[in-house]
Amino acid sequence: MAKFRIAVHITPRKGLLDPQGKAVSDALRTLGFKEVKDVHVGRYIVIETDAYDAIAAEETVMDMCRQLLANPVTEDFEIESAVHA
Amino acid sequence: MKFGIVTFPGSNCDYDAFHAVTEILGEEATYLWHKDHDLQGSDVIILPGGFSYGDYLRAGAIARFSPIMQEVAAHAKSGAPVVGICNGFQIACEAGLLPGALMRNSHLQFISAQVRIRVENSDTMFTNLYETGEVLRIPVAHGDGMYVATTDVLDALEGDGRVIFRYADATGNISADANPNGSQRNIAGIISEGGNVLGMMPHPERACSPLLGSTDGVRLLESILARVAA
Repeated sequence: MAKFRIAVHITPRKGLLDPQGKAVSDALRTLGFKEVKDVHVGRYIVIETDAYDAIAAEETVMDMCRQLLANPVTEDFEIESAVHA
Repeated sequence: MKFGIVTFPGSNCDYDAFHAVTEILGEEATYLWHKDHDLQGSDVIILPGGFSYGDYLRAGAIARFSPIMQEVAAHAKSGAPVVGICNGFQIACEAGLLPGALMRNSHLQFISAQVRIRVENSDTMFTNLYETGEVLRIPVAHGDGMYVATTDVLDALEGDGRVIFRYADATGNISADANPNGSQRNIAGIISEGGNVLGMMPHPERACSPLLGSTDGVRLLESILARVAA
């Protein structure tokens, strides 16, 4: 077993109303960033876990996303490649 | 009849529910601690409002892993009544007892207000003492109350008469203005496929006394009594 670190990005499901993203987008435009087209606010989670190898670690974290970290109705998730912690 | 009211860390409407059941309805109630595995013979389970586990990760996401939730799920599976109010609705959705999810209110603000909801189906365990189309005054108090589900799920809910409450104006019109949180199709409350799990954002337990401005919530509790005792 080795220790791995994996970062998870969770974002509102595309096409669903994202009021937080819209509020931030409006604020950025008010601030003068007129070129802003779209903003989405999500969560960034870093997990350290023991696993036999990077692939096993990634599969485990994918499972964590499906079961708890992301809500399948409202959120999408992506994970970064596992790195040795 | 015995009501079991689950107390999660961060629940804050458990006392309101207890008061409504014991003082208004005149039935027995008991608090069920989230770490317990025993429903103590409760006939009806109430998942009360509040901010279980500080709403960490997502509202209701952690509470569904509380030990007591295994028994609550089994209770629901057996066809017995489970009422999820506000945070309890969020927990029921996260636990898969009800479809869909509750997201941040579309206007991003916490709302605490007396709203109106229209009874969409009076042939349920929870609404049999109301008339279909009747408009009730029930308070809401939430930050994450926007009900969302896929179009297929929404169509199925409506087709099966499982949308039992919708946000409406005083005359019963369903409009965007009457929708306090951006819920899809103005949905305020739904029931499970078996009809025995109710989830709703408004608080019927806080609409049980003239002192609180409305008594429209009383018949919801009485409906359960009428149906379960029958």
